[in-house]
Amino acid sequence: MFSPSRIEILACTEILACAVLLTGCQRAASDLPPPVQPKQAAAVITSALVPGMAHGASSSDPRADAVYDNAQAVAEGKRLFNQYNCSGCHSNGGGGMGPALMDDEWIYGARLEQIHNTLVQGRPNGMPAWGGKIPDPQLWELAAYVRSMSLPETIDAANGPTPSQAPAPVPRKVAQDSGWSPPPGTTNNFTDVIKGPGQ
Amino acid sequence: MRCKTTRLCLLLVSLPLAAAAPTVPAPVPDSEVFSREQIGHALAAPTPQAGHTAASPANAPPDDGQWTMPAKNYASTRFSSLKEITPQNVAQLTPLLSFSLAVNKGQEAAPIVADNTMYVVTAYPNFVYALDLTKPGAPLKWRFAPKPVPASQGIACCDVVNRGGTVDHGKYIFNTLDGQTIALDVKTGLPLWRTRLGNINVGETITMAPLVAQGHVYVGNSGGELGVRGWLAALDEETGKLLWRAYSTGPDRDVLIGPQFKPFYPADRGTDLGVSSWPPQAWQIGGGTVWGWVTYDAELNNVIYGVANPGPWNQEQRPGDNKWTAGIFARDPASGAARWYYQFSPHDEHDYDGVNEQLLLDMPFGGQMRKVLVHIDRNGYVYVIDRHTGQVLSADPFGPVNSSKGVDLQSGRLIVNEDKTTHVGRITHDICPTASGAKDWNPSSFSPDTGLIYIPHENICMDWQNMEVNYIAGTPYVGAEVHMKPGPGGNRGQLTAWDPVNRRPAWIVKENFPIWSATAATAGGLVFYGTMDGWFKAVDAGSGKLLWKYKMDSGVIGQPVSYRGPDGHQYIAVLSGVGGWSGAVVSGPVDPRDGSAALGFVNVMSDLPKYSTAGGTLYVFSLPH
Repeated sequence: MFSPSRIEILACTEILACAVLLTGCQRAASDLPPPVQPKQAAAVITSALVPGMAHGASSSDPRADAVYDNAQAVAEGKRLFNQYNCSGCHSNGGGGMGPALMDDEWIYGARLEQIHNTLVQGRPNGMPAWGGKIPDPQLWELAAYVRSMSLPETIDAANGPTPSQAPAPVPRKVAQDSGWSPPPGTTNNFTDVIKGPGQ
Repeated sequence: MRCKTTRLCLLLVSLPLAAAAPTVPAPVPDSEVFSREQIGHALAAPTPQAGHTAASPANAPPDDGQWTMPAKNYASTRFSSLKEITPQNVAQLTPLLSFSLAVNKGQEAAPIVADNTMYVVTAYPNFVYALDLTKPGAPLKWRFAPKPVPASQGIACCDVVNRGGTVDHGKYIFNTLDGQTIALDVKTGLPLWRTRLGNINVGETITMAPLVAQGHVYVGNSGGELGVRGWLAALDEETGKLLWRAYSTGPDRDVLIGPQFKPFYPADRGTDLGVSSWPPQAWQIGGGTVWGWVTYDAELNNVIYGVANPGPWNQEQRPGDNKWTAGIFARDPASGAARWYYQFSPHDEHDYDGVNEQLLLDMPFGGQMRKVLVHIDRNGYVYVIDRHTGQVLSADPFGPVNSSKGVDLQSGRLIVNEDKTTHVGRITHDICPTASGAKDWNPSSFSPDTGLIYIPHENICMDWQNMEVNYIAGTPYVGAEVHMKPGPGGNRGQLTAWDPVNRRPAWIVKENFPIWSATAATAGGLVFYGTMDGWFKAVDAGSGKLLWKYKMDSGVIGQPVSYRGPDGHQYIAVLSGVGGWSGAVVSGPVDPRDGSAALGFVNVMSDLPKYSTAGGTLYVFSLPH
């Protein structure tokens, strides 16, 4: 069963300029009188607290489906990651000018659709918008490699100080994980125990 | 862990790296680097009896107790003639106040003191604070938020730092990360003018401290790791209007090379060498940015500054000498016309920017007093250069060096060690110094009392592999994968008191982490500096003996200053806040398991998060009184 808003969002994601349309939707909605609950709706409206995704436990984009469990996609994504200078900012997943991608922090969400959105739209602190500049199938392969970087299988396969050289395919189950992100304005890695010299 | 050989050690260290906590690699063996005797050269033997080394009054006027520009004076001595704080009483030095900067990124700026007001500019978002030193607790007079474009953070190669502003004629003048130069009215904090010089869409940022001299404001760009074309701009101090801009690459008309240009060495003479020393068009995206220290020689009326590395890092994509990168220019301040140039690292292969400070000194050399500048380069040499001509008088290693075998003083050319050349598809191991140099941007100080230059620096080497890289505007244009490692001995940092006349260190203090702060010297006989693990220290200027230290809230990579307060007493001020290229593993969104992160610096700094958290605080110290 789909709610009307859900259908709208799915329709939007079919189009690269999703953000623009979403903004349009919201603006249109705010001009209207207070919403009346549709008679057929069984529940209250549920908001989507994690940006860039609908409220459901999982969502699926057919283009994402094609790069799940796909070793070739992540391998190709790794090649493109270097070719398009992604590695210049994100290194081999450890970051630098841009944030690390091999940790479990996902500011804009960890699902392939969300990563794809980030690639297409760019982000305000210096992530360029690649929509229309890199062919869309390549953006999905890049999204798959980016998601693979933090998989335990990928990290375990690294045998030196240059990880993400043997990226594991992205299993479909990671779509259940909307990701974790640090409090705004903070800079440190919050996910690991750090043993200091005082211990 | 102790290892018999480097190779075995690397193996042991690297195996569990990705899965477990990363480990700092084993140091490069002593036998890998050259000694000072092997590669240091001078045109004449030392003649210390010929005179006393000092800065001229034109370049270092008598100290008025203020600190109005980061380098203290045009001679860039960072020497305070105040002597209330001495080796005998420094143990009693205590913090008088601390002030949160509200920014937890690398704080590289110098606090500026003028007319009993202190001015501080932070890392991005480049807040400027003015504090009233006449009142208890130094209350805020005003704060200015320039609101630089957030996207500029993503094109700043090495943390979102700012190296300070300067006060002149009622204005506080500073730069923003997104490429603006702004002059604030010191009374109100309101902008008198703001000039946009950089374009973030091609990767340009500005992190340097502007130099103000003779009614001109000199500003250069950053972005050498993004295929930016470097320049130095001169603005009118009253209006902010652009007077001239001199590019570091390209045809002579862009570089402002004309009839006045008289480089000392024949290799720098010719037409349009900024084009012909590159593959076709490569000069347009060839780096040579001007993000370090600019100074003005008031005696010879020259603007002097160093030029950064050529881009991309992959040297195989840019055969040629890549002029006018990795060198030093002297220019006519009125027109910008080049007068002389010297190239420290022709066809640089290792990211040895030439942007470090120049100390303008009068020094005995060859039996007479000479007007020299001392430049301590990333490539590992202390250069003593004739300020009139650009001739190199001596060049001696002050840190671990094996990427070159000295400077040929006849041709002026660095003698490259072919064993440490970099390649695509093959790792060159144990290159010393590392990409950030035997010393990076953080400036030295000089005491006329001791005749010593206090060099804060690094002892780090690296492994390097080139990779083919495509130019995409606004993205990194690097083409190298680097993994850094400690230099011989394993201490990653060092404070070297260098005797420029006798061409040797007088003493050395070893530090666990690279020293990324500046030093300041005082007539009281002290040298102040900070460490990345959060200690602010005072050592004896004559011996290097540690006399005092204080644990700050975060590591120190800023520029200490010494000033006379309204009450006549001496004060010491410095910013804490670890970060910068070397501290990205703490201040940046970086994962220490990737040694190649932050352009390879993380490999040698993965333990820093155990020793310092991010911060950003102004501290002021004084004796109890």
